[in-house]
Amino acid sequence: MTTTSPTTGTRQPVRDDSDVVRVRQAVRRLAQQARLSLVDQTKLVTAASELARNTLVHGGGGEAEVELVTSGLRTGVRAVFSDQGPGIADLDLALTDGWTSGGGLGLGLSGSRRLVEHFAIDTTPGVGTRVEIAAWAR
Amino acid sequence: MPTARSAQLSTILTDHAEAVRAAWLDASSVELRGRSTRGELEREQSDIYDALVEGLRDGGSELGDAAFDQLRGILADVSGARARLGFTPRETAMAVFALKEGLYSLVDDDVRAHLTPLMRLVDDLGLYTFENYADAREAIITEQAEQLMELSTPVVKLWEGIVAVPLVGTLDSARTQVVMEKLLNTLVETGSEHAIIDITGVPAVDTQVAQHLLKTVVAARLMGAQCTISGIRPQIAQTIVALGIEFGDIRTRASLADALVDALREKKRPTSEVRG
Ligand SMILES: Nc1ncnc2c1ncn2[C@@H]1O[C@H](COP(=O)(O)OP(=O)(O)O)[C@@H](O)[C@H]1O
Ligand SMILES: [Mg+2]
Repeated sequence: MTTTSPTTGTRQPVRDDSDVVRVRQAVRRLAQQARLSLVDQTKLVTAASELARNTLVHGGGGEAEVELVTSGLRTGVRAVFSDQGPGIADLDLALTDGWTSGGGLGLGLSGSRRLVEHFAIDTTPGVGTRVEIAAWAR
Repeated sequence: MPTARSAQLSTILTDHAEAVRAAWLDASSVELRGRSTRGELEREQSDIYDALVEGLRDGGSELGDAAFDQLRGILADVSGARARLGFTPRETAMAVFALKEGLYSLVDDDVRAHLTPLMRLVDDLGLYTFENYADAREAIITEQAEQLMELSTPVVKLWEGIVAVPLVGTLDSARTQVVMEKLLNTLVETGSEHAIIDITGVPAVDTQVAQHLLKTVVAARLMGAQCTISGIRPQIAQTIVALGIEFGDIRTRASLADALVDALREKKRPTSEVRG
């Protein structure tokens, strides 16, 4: 039955604060299913929180896709955040610790990169931004 | 619908199970592309289908009949799960309505007459699903409202001159702001010089939550109060460090009790020695 069978992935809109919370909850659920350690779960959830908020605040909204993945014998969680917002003109600058175009701490992008095993960003000014992260159970 | 007719429908559904279910699966996979995997839908549909066939075989004709108890249970579960995953009511109901696509594949003039009541019943299943979706939605909203209530008055005076706020659950911007303002107000109202923010109940501290914490500490200091953050669990500490957040010279303690002991000790010293 659906409630007991594990969910292997979801795609969710990121349109407001409550969506960010929902994405975070979906990531945590899958991270537990993938048997990530408590520290890795917390790191992944925190990175997802940062990136979902960037999608909302800087990208003007978009969507998040979260799914269980396997790589060899390892199980993990992959999350992809995408928007059709303004994109990032200077990626190096955006990835600099403490740099923010608004009133943030400027640690969301650079910090999430340190929090997860896999981090890839694809952005085009005027077209949008796509950030992919993944973490695997050890 | 007489019992004999129900049994007949059950036979039709059993005889054509393969074709009907394939068309149903195709239709709902298109509709829910990217939201559910085909495997998930197939599992779900096989539960619903089996319960429908059994219910009909046991003489069920209306969804409220006892023969459909199991079917209603499954539909309620499926809809509740969808609501929690952020599906829209339409997406939720569509998964059931798409069963009709499967039935159309059977229709020729002869069977059409027999199928009409079944079509109506399927529509009913969809509406029932919809109602349960709305109920689950209601439950989520109530839950959130309760969380908000819980957070709206949590500032407590622990001792003369010492106030504390235990933060619990998922913190979003609006909620954190409310709590922090309340803390600063309580400092003034009670004339306290110590504030303790306990984050034992917070599952994750991201830069937004950290920024609220930092701002609150700075504001408290401006008001001449000393602020301690307690209850930073190991996984949170490691995440904060990796994220690059610096709490600078903000005092942190492992537990609320440690923070309280510290604040009490400081109260005994002459004011001039207390660092703001
Ligand atoms: N999805 C996005 N679309 C456009 N710009 C972005 C996006 N994500 C990040 N940025 C840019 O990168 C900067 C750094 O992001 P981040 O490190 O999260 O800091 P902050 O969100 O605190 O400003 C942002 O200020 C913003 O200018
Ligand atoms: Mg950010």
